[in-house]
Amino acid sequence: MTAILPGLELAGVSHTFGKKTVIQGLDLIVPGGSLTCLLGPSGCGKTTVLRLAAGLETLQVGQIKINDVCVADVNNAIPPETRNVGLMFQDYALFPHLTVLRNVSFGLNSLPADSRDVMAKEALARVGMLDAAGFYPHMLSGGEQQRVALARAAAPAPGVMLLDEPFSGLDTELRASLRQDTLRLIKETGATTLMVTHDPMEAMLVADNLVLMNGGRVVQAGLPMDLYRQPKTPFCARFLGEAIEYIGFVRSGEVITPLGSVPAENAKEGDEVVVLVRPEALNLRPESEGQGIVATVGDRRDLGLQTKLELRLEPDDEPVHVNLLAQNLPLTGSKVAVFLDFSMVFVFPVRDR
Amino acid sequence: MRRCRPDLWQIVSLLIAILVSIPALVVLVHLAFPMGEVWQHLADTVLLRYVRNTAWLALGVGSVGFIIGGGTAWLCANCRFPGRSIFKWALLLPLAVPTYAIAFSYAGLLEYAGPLQTSLRSAFGWSRGDYWFPEIRSLPGAIMVMACVLYPYVYLLGLAAFTGQSSNASEVSRTLGKGPWVTFFRVTLPLARPAMIAGTALMIMEALSDFGAVQYLGVDTFTTGIYRTWFALGAPQAAAQLSAILLLFVFATMLAEQWSRGRARFYQVTGRDRLSSGIELRGTRALLAVIACLVPLSLGFLIPSAQLVFWTVSTWSEVVDYRFVQYAWHSVSLAALTAVLALFFALTLRYSLRIGGSWGSRLSIRFAGLGYAVPGSVIAVGVLLPFGWLDRTVDEFAREWFGTSTGLIFTGGIAAMVFGYLVRFMAVALGAVESALDKVSPRLDEAAQTLGVRPVQRLWRLHVPLLFNGLLTGGLLVFVDVMKELPATLILRPFNYDTLAVRAYELASDELLAESASAALAIVAVGLIPVIVLSRSIGRFGFTVPGKGGRV
Repeated sequence: MTAILPGLELAGVSHTFGKKTVIQGLDLIVPGGSLTCLLGPSGCGKTTVLRLAAGLETLQVGQIKINDVCVADVNNAIPPETRNVGLMFQDYALFPHLTVLRNVSFGLNSLPADSRDVMAKEALARVGMLDAAGFYPHMLSGGEQQRVALARAAAPAPGVMLLDEPFSGLDTELRASLRQDTLRLIKETGATTLMVTHDPMEAMLVADNLVLMNGGRVVQAGLPMDLYRQPKTPFCARFLGEAIEYIGFVRSGEVITPLGSVPAENAKEGDEVVVLVRPEALNLRPESEGQGIVATVGDRRDLGLQTKLELRLEPDDEPVHVNLLAQNLPLTGSKVAVFLDFSMVFVFPVRDR
Repeated sequence: MRRCRPDLWQIVSLLIAILVSIPALVVLVHLAFPMGEVWQHLADTVLLRYVRNTAWLALGVGSVGFIIGGGTAWLCANCRFPGRSIFKWALLLPLAVPTYAIAFSYAGLLEYAGPLQTSLRSAFGWSRGDYWFPEIRSLPGAIMVMACVLYPYVYLLGLAAFTGQSSNASEVSRTLGKGPWVTFFRVTLPLARPAMIAGTALMIMEALSDFGAVQYLGVDTFTTGIYRTWFALGAPQAAAQLSAILLLFVFATMLAEQWSRGRARFYQVTGRDRLSSGIELRGTRALLAVIACLVPLSLGFLIPSAQLVFWTVSTWSEVVDYRFVQYAWHSVSLAALTAVLALFFALTLRYSLRIGGSWGSRLSIRFAGLGYAVPGSVIAVGVLLPFGWLDRTVDEFAREWFGTSTGLIFTGGIAAMVFGYLVRFMAVALGAVESALDKVSPRLDEAAQTLGVRPVQRLWRLHVPLLFNGLLTGGLLVFVDVMKELPATLILRPFNYDTLAVRAYELASDELLAESASAALAIVAVGLIPVIVLSRSIGRFGFTVPGKGGRV
């Protein structure tokens, strides 16, 4: 990757609320012009990171830079008013007493009145809400409010855009289409963007970079597919996708699982390890091909694109449930041989659990 | 830079708080002073009577008002009977009648030469001494008239508590096998108790601060004692010491209220639960319910207002002249000025808490709101003492250095009055601003912040328009309270500066009851405005209690 300047950088940031530590020694880089997703379970501190970046929380430990300029360290902080960030709130926080146009032009008050309106209208046109300029927020649907909030945050052309769960208040269908629109708009403006979400699918769909947080720390950061394919911790492996779990001990560089033996190069002989198997690692072939682990197909649940399949593994009849693509699946009662694609099987020492 | 800005707000709010708490502190400090000769004289003669009368008044008004207010609140919240929807708001109407106005009208109505006794005599052919008639100019008389106009405090908070507790709690009790009566005493009443006691405490504090009614009905309490000691005996220090003791009474009431609540601090008013449909009353029971609601409404509002209207009609041509308009103008301008200033200060205090949010501004608000518990006459003493000292000091200084006399800068004009009103009614404005501000999501502040809008601008562009209705309500409440306030006005006013309240009191004191009615009626009429606003909010479910109730 060529040297892209970091648009937003947090270094060594820790934060506590009272006695509760919510962020511990967090380092985070959002490359300039990229869309980075901050992903994590609820309560992991990701919204606090966003509020620290915006300056809405007072920084306690560490340093924050925007476009290589320090905006906050322990002694000094630029207040949110002059930090030039655009923040879109989870509940949109549109001003109820102002029209849509006035909402969008609210942050443009350093400009003369007429160019203020022109710019606000441009921003509204970009999200396709120009027709609603004279409406009040309560007259809009959730999706429309979301777009106005986006236009309002983007209108002053902030150095960094911060989005807090921007799609969480919308139903599934609306989510998909608005996600596309939002993505397009952000790419057009070329703004450095940090988006907070708890939905791994959404994060992998939109992010250039993914930062996974847990318990106030960054667990792993990188390209979305790297996190999915090469998780460094069981938490990352579990959070980004489905996995079948087994516990076992390393014997001669291998772990025996009900799905067969799995190589465990990184673990010491005799260690207890956890084995995580992505469903797509399971390769089902006719029983006649021999080798592999023989399994009887049990209950089948058609989920549309995918099918939930129960396999009873021999010799102990150990049940395992997997979601597999619905094509060419064996029928209930038939016997299959299971092979594993080891690139989608992850082995971690149990102490990492 | 970021750290300086909130500091400026904090300093300003701290200054406001200190300024507003000066009168109470000045008065309390006098407890530590040696008790002088005048004090000794008071202690030997009247002090015991003041203590006894004040205590009985507080107890009497508290218990009578508690029964009236609590009973009507329960009826209106839980029963269905003819006229309930009207009684529900009409029972608040007595709130518009100042205690002195109801005292005047009942004194006129029930005195020997009044219409009631006269007609009794002519109907039965009695003459003086033939019959017994309750004496209105007595402690029981004072308790009754005051309870009749103050019970709405208990009614208002009790109604909120009874309707707010939703049917869920009592339905759960019923399904657990408890009958309706057991449910009432073990669930419904205990749930409403904190609110009703809070209302009772408010009522008692109002009774303690009353001056006009007890003075007119000839009941010697602390407020009348303070006035007499100040003006008749010319002993400011002894007056301050009396004030301090009265303050202790007030603090005792507040403490008792806190203690009785224990940890049951909140009654919830949620919009989600269904309202209980209520017990259907029929026949005699319905009639009794109507009477139970009609009696306090008549005693507290209909009869005294009718009397005032009657007197006004018979005398207005000689009373309402150019000077009357001038008194009205004095009242209105003082009230409006105070309302605007109180809102301004309250907004500053509340907003500084919102953006700075430290214990400093919390404490400032707490102190600034304390004045509401302090009776008007006590505040007057607490204002006049330091202002008078300031006047003398400035005057001496000017004489010494410039050879001229500055006269009475602070006590000679309306400054002292407005300051006294501000001290007394700041809590009302604070409560209104608070309840309005609480409804504005902090996300809106933050959104404005990230959009580059600074605190002062934010206040102007975001909060003032969003709070407009709340500010209007708060301003209205302060306005009416100032219009009604008698003792502070009486003591703090410049020489010959009359307001409607002062005029009503003076004419009544000169036994010109009928002539005093037009001024009193004007005050009642203005007082009706916030009551109507309040009663409209009762119509909706899930209302908040602004103003006085919000302070609790």
